[in-house]
Amino acid sequence: MSRIAATFDRLRAVRRAALVPFVTAGDPSPAHIPGMLRSLVANGADVIELGVPFSDPMADGPTIQRASERALRAGTGLAMILDAVKQYRREDDNTPIVLMGYANPIEHMGVAAFAGRAKESGVDGVLVVDYPPEESGAWVEALGAAGIDPIFLLSPTSSQARIDLVARLAKGYIYYVSLKGVTGAANIDTADVERMLARIRGRTSVPVGVGFGIRDPETARAIARFADAVVIGSRIVEEIERAEPDQAAQRAGAVLATFRAGVDAAVGDRASR
Amino acid sequence: MQMRVPVAEPRSPVAYDMPDATGHFGPYGGTFVAETLQAALEELRDAYAACRADPAFQAELAYELEHYVGRPSPVYHAKRLSDELGGAQVYLKREDLNHTGAHKVNNTMGQALVARRMGKPRVIAETGAGQHGVAAATVAARYGMECVVYMGTEDVARQAQNVYRMKLLGATVVPVTSGSRTLKDALNEAMRDWVTNVANTFYIIGTVAGPHPYPMMVRDFNAIVGKECLVQMPALAGRQPDYVLACVGGGSNAMGIFHPYIPHPGVKLVGVEAGGLGIATGRHAATLSAGSPGVLHGNRTYLMQDADGQILETHSISAGLDYPGVGPEHAWLKDSGRASYVSVTDDEALAAFHTLCRTEGIIPALESSHAVAHAMRLAPTLGRDRIVLVNLSGRGDKDMHTVAKASGLSL
Repeated sequence: MSRIAATFDRLRAVRRAALVPFVTAGDPSPAHIPGMLRSLVANGADVIELGVPFSDPMADGPTIQRASERALRAGTGLAMILDAVKQYRREDDNTPIVLMGYANPIEHMGVAAFAGRAKESGVDGVLVVDYPPEESGAWVEALGAAGIDPIFLLSPTSSQARIDLVARLAKGYIYYVSLKGVTGAANIDTADVERMLARIRGRTSVPVGVGFGIRDPETARAIARFADAVVIGSRIVEEIERAEPDQAAQRAGAVLATFRAGVDAAVGDRASR
Repeated sequence: MQMRVPVAEPRSPVAYDMPDATGHFGPYGGTFVAETLQAALEELRDAYAACRADPAFQAELAYELEHYVGRPSPVYHAKRLSDELGGAQVYLKREDLNHTGAHKVNNTMGQALVARRMGKPRVIAETGAGQHGVAAATVAARYGMECVVYMGTEDVARQAQNVYRMKLLGATVVPVTSGSRTLKDALNEAMRDWVTNVANTFYIIGTVAGPHPYPMMVRDFNAIVGKECLVQMPALAGRQPDYVLACVGGGSNAMGIFHPYIPHPGVKLVGVEAGGLGIATGRHAATLSAGSPGVLHGNRTYLMQDADGQILETHSISAGLDYPGVGPEHAWLKDSGRASYVSVTDDEALAAFHTLCRTEGIIPALESSHAVAHAMRLAPTLGRDRIVLVNLSGRGDKDMHTVAKASGLSL
């Protein structure tokens, strides 16, 4: 069983949502990647989304754009990130790691070459923001051959037909973008999110995580009552931005711990599913 | 002008029907955007398909192009330039004579009419040199729509006059400080605005790039340029040209004049890219000549990128060609061999600029000067009975400061 499936199975048994922090790999520098992963896991991460920086992050708000710029200035590249994950796997063979980024760095490496190297490094899933399901034929095939889960997005504007399209291809989990706009935008309407999750679950048994706009532990708790995973991105990246480079991992961990408390508090509120 | 159908073709036309239903030109094009934009693109595809098939829409567009833009633009036989070159006859398609001074308005007018049909009261645009921003602000003023233009801070500083023009036209210009602070970053920022405000906002993309249906739609609206030439060349020169030349940044003026000629195998199509300081220096914007395929801004196409697949900053004396991607249909035309692509350096473009000013009394845009420069290389190698048609995509009034500076003067 994959690390992602094993994690969701374990959490389902204790009725807790997965806590999924997002950080940009190489922010503040590539040397900080293993320490960052270590700190996030120590502070309650169940799955880690590791952003691959790109020069043109079209779907991201200012916070994650700046993180990408810092990581690129520090010399971060895709091959380097795969190496860092491989290194980290020597000390942690359990926590699922999902790479999240844009198509071009992966296409430049070559889709099949990337899939092979990602597998070898211990990557469990990959979400390419600008690979929608209709452009993902070769992509899904390459990941499938390597045994890596293709993660897809759904949004408040996704039609029933598009939900079905994603449901046919998605493995690992589906990432529901809880609001219109870019990462780090305003607050979300939890009731709207809950209604949409019910629609998605009507079409697939793949776990559904929720992200974009979860900026405080209270919102995380509200979402964790019904979602399979809660993704925290910009709020953690803000903390990294404010920290001295050598304090970044510790501060990211500290803020993640407050979200973990929110997710834990939701266990009692959660109906058995 | 009297429009009539040309009577004879050197060879019979070859069918061309790109893109396919999902917006692909062979391996290029497509819809490489996040899920958050898919519904908006679907809405746009449906709306544009309806407009394309609606005679009332086409009639309204034709009326506006005639009475507001000033179409058709003439084709002009540049006799003095041709004589000086001593070879092929050079003809110029005078897009510089359009309202706002370039071909860009053909597209913004079309998209503004689509936006009106869709009931969107707010339009946004990205701009590099400011020409597309001005053309978008112009049609927004014409129809009383709110207009927001994204422009990199580097370009805001370099193109102060166009920033002021947009403001005069009632647009809000938003300086973009992310990334390299140029056109590609302005496009990223406009996409972010669109995804956030999609309910009331129409995004007027300025070139034949972006996700489907933009490359097709922008091409269709600019194809009026080539359609007019198909009629004008036989009337003026007695036949179709041997070569059609156009500068290529994103590639909208080139697609506009190329597209109607694609089915005419006797007509060679040549795109002229910005060679900047020379391809060997790496300081250029010749994407098709020196780039490689990848995915950016919603489509797969040739890109300027580094060994990690990060997008490179480009250089050209002409801000309108300073873009690290290119429309996906050009990528297809290159690979299929139907069009060829060459590059012209900053210095060659400047020399052509001065030559056209001096021999014909026409001040071309620096973008268009690249196409003129290649005509100056090509024409002397051809006989006097050969015909080279150059798309003179814009006028050079906006480039006075740049040209003066390159000549060591300040205005």
